Amino acid sequence: MKKVGLCFVMLAGAVMLASPVTAQDAALIQAARKEGKVVWHTSLALPSSTAIAHYFQNKYKGIEVEVHRNGSQRVLQRFMQEAAAGIKNADIVHTSDAGNFELLKDKGMLLKFTPQGVAAFPDGFKDKAGFYYGMRATLSVIAYNPKVISEKDAPKTWKDLLNPRWSGKMVTAHPGYSGIIMTHVLALVNAYGWDYFRDLAKNKLHIVQSANDPAGVVASGERPVGVNGSEYFYYKTLKQGNPLKIVYPKEGVPLVVSPVAIAKDAPHPNAAKLFTEFIFSKESQQLLADKEGLYTGHPEVTYPADKPKLKELKLLTADADELEKRNAEIKKRFTELFGA
Amino acid sequence: MPASQTGTFRRVGYTGWSAFRFKDPTFPVWIGAAILLVFLMLLPLGAIFRASLWDDTGLTLNRYFEVFTNEQFLKAIWNTLIISTWVGVLAVMTGALLAFLVTRTDLPWKKPIRALVMASFVTPPFLGAFAWTLLAGPNAGALNKLYRAVTGSEEALFNIFTMPGLIFVMALYSFPFVFSMIANVCELISSDLEDAAEILGANKWRTAWTVTLPLAMPALIGGFILAFLQSLSLFGAPAILGLPAGLHTITTQIWALFQYPPRLDLAAAFSVPLLLATMALIAVQKKILGRKGYSTVGGKGGQKRLIHLGLGRVPVLLFVFGILSLSVFLPYWILLKAALSKAWAMPLTWDNFTLHNFSFAFFEYGDTQRAIYNTFKLGIVTATLGTLLATLIAYVTHRNLFRGARYLTFFALAPLVIPGIVLAVGLFIVYTRPPLVLYGTIWILFVAFLTKEMPIGFSQAESTFKSIHPELEDASRIIGANRLISLKDITAPLARSGLIAAWSFIFIGVIRELSAAILLFAPSSKVVSVVIFDLKEEGQVGVIAVLGTLMLAVSFLVILGVQWFAGRDVVATRE
Repeated sequence: MKKVGLCFVMLAGAVMLASPVTAQDAALIQAARKEGKVVWHTSLALPSSTAIAHYFQNKYKGIEVEVHRNGSQRVLQRFMQEAAAGIKNADIVHTSDAGNFELLKDKGMLLKFTPQGVAAFPDGFKDKAGFYYGMRATLSVIAYNPKVISEKDAPKTWKDLLNPRWSGKMVTAHPGYSGIIMTHVLALVNAYGWDYFRDLAKNKLHIVQSANDPAGVVASGERPVGVNGSEYFYYKTLKQGNPLKIVYPKEGVPLVVSPVAIAKDAPHPNAAKLFTEFIFSKESQQLLADKEGLYTGHPEVTYPADKPKLKELKLLTADADELEKRNAEIKKRFTELFGA
Repeated sequence: MPASQTGTFRRVGYTGWSAFRFKDPTFPVWIGAAILLVFLMLLPLGAIFRASLWDDTGLTLNRYFEVFTNEQFLKAIWNTLIISTWVGVLAVMTGALLAFLVTRTDLPWKKPIRALVMASFVTPPFLGAFAWTLLAGPNAGALNKLYRAVTGSEEALFNIFTMPGLIFVMALYSFPFVFSMIANVCELISSDLEDAAEILGANKWRTAWTVTLPLAMPALIGGFILAFLQSLSLFGAPAILGLPAGLHTITTQIWALFQYPPRLDLAAAFSVPLLLATMALIAVQKKILGRKGYSTVGGKGGQKRLIHLGLGRVPVLLFVFGILSLSVFLPYWILLKAALSKAWAMPLTWDNFTLHNFSFAFFEYGDTQRAIYNTFKLGIVTATLGTLLATLIAYVTHRNLFRGARYLTFFALAPLVIPGIVLAVGLFIVYTRPPLVLYGTIWILFVAFLTKEMPIGFSQAESTFKSIHPELEDASRIIGANRLISLKDITAPLARSGLIAAWSFIFIGVIRELSAAILLFAPSSKVVSVVIFDLKEEGQVGVIAVLGTLMLAVSFLVILGVQWFAGRDVVATRE
């Protein structure tokens, strides 16, 4: 009996040595298949999150990814509304407002889970307590329509946008909807104070909600200048052949790291873990860079040649704790300044 | 039961509550329907008043104080009042003019015109508003581009993201309500008085001005109030056209209060003025329309003759189609174009043509199928059960089956004064906590829609019963059928087309509903209108266009199907 047991341990040890990941994964995959589904609340742009869901579904046949895409603040709102009513529906939460995750962590609503390989990610992508990790990053940038505005005239810095010549010609997204814009506003408030936004509001901006929406608004020429917006979506829109130019201001560009976490009450915890492992794998992180125009924390991922390297830019970062603490203040002041 | 009452019962025989209870085995059905109705109406309203007045410490007016001292909230109220007043005025002018032309003149093509007015009615205002952002956005809007190309001007012809722009779009989708109201009245006004005026030497326009108009005045005021109320309760159009310009209305403000951390107490307190305002207006409307001071408007008496437009026929016809192109042709055209384009603002050339929006919407985007399934399930279930409940209630009130039955009319019509978003605030408060957690399922939406659509179903069923003499039913009861069987076998078949009309109104009302759904949906219970609104917030123009087109197509198919089934133009005679 003892011998057999020893043999088994040795055998198991040999298998694990040979492929330490697969054995563990096989059990997880099997458990995930049994659950059959993972519900992903995400703020990643709809085409991108749909694409990732399809990559996953193709790799792990029989596990459906139910994508619920909305703005970061709406994702949080829905998640909280469900939780308050005792509904356990969401498996994975993913927004671009790192502050959301501090809030959820403090309320004990997250499951501690560390996907493989994230140890090598930069510090800005990791929660020290191990509840959430950044699955993607993007920048909040200025963009303009080169059919309407020549490169010479185009705004190049954040302060250029305060010039009255842009009155009625600019579009902004909303921090009450978008985590990217929440991060953007905090970063610029820390750099220039609220005066910056007070002066910006005098230029009568067109207000949209999502950080992805300005790309379409600028490309269609409805407003030729976007004063913020997610760089990956601008980049994707540009790659589709639309008239767009992206400006990375020299004074600094807000970097937005978007974390992902598993809900404590996830109804499909194994599928959620498998999906989380999947999105942090090098394969998926490379896909995010190649197909979706995103930056990632994975050290081995390479980026399209026509995108600037993050280390070439001066980055403005926002702290997750500060984002959480000033969330209400930012929404309130922004709404007061811009009217809605 | 007191002895005296029993005595009365014995003497009178067939009237009174208790008599009914003992003699009729179907009693539980009638009383059950009545209780359900009262419960549906009182629960959400009670929840709102409670949430706005009570907190942990007890009764307080703090929320009202907070709401009515906050500059932003006051501004939202002010914006709403201005917008709704203008929408009322414009909708009455357009609706009344069109109704007059269609019913009282020899304008050609009346049937297509009525059908197009109906199409405007079926178009959800949020979809119309979305289409108009593509038509009249100041820079990329198709009409403004055309205007610049033709005139060489630098300026935009109109900017839809302004208060006038919002008023314009809301009026486009409110005038059909006024149209049907006025058209009904105009068809009833006999020509006798007009003839008298003409004999006395007035020309036909003077006659219209001095005789017809005053006769139609109560209906005009009623139409104004209806359009005013309609725009007061709209959420989608103000959110799509107002928010980008920094313009809040009461409904968008209530919606914003649901953002995390939610302020349900403030949302409830902020709902109360909206509720009181609509109640007051309905009371005024009832007073005006209920006063039968214009007895010439009645029954089948008198004849009516059509005014000859003469040479004016063609210009008038063009004018009418001009208005209808604003509410139907142009928006539908731009939606279809956006659905088929890679870049909606570019001309639709081969290079720009794509079917990707369709394939994405149907095969890649998971929400589409779930939402379509939920929407049609809700549409069919609500329409069926709603018609059933409305029929039972209308039957109870019409036959006055028990004492106090006529007060049920009040409850059945009460949702008229409850804007969808206010109803949703109340239902959200009730059904997100035990004993009954409906939030997270589509059934909370079902309760909301059933409540909201009850007035339409009820008034349709009631007017149908009024037109059917009870003698046939009495015959069946004498032979021994109970009330339910008589209703099912005799009266309901006679009332068929009216009830089918009620069914389709409820169905259409459900599938185009946004203002209640936007607060009550959960990720697993999305409906098409909510998905479209979500997509709008992200700016997914192509996919919205696909879903919008689909929604319109299905609505029309249902109406055509119903008309074919009922064998007459049921929908065009909406009360």
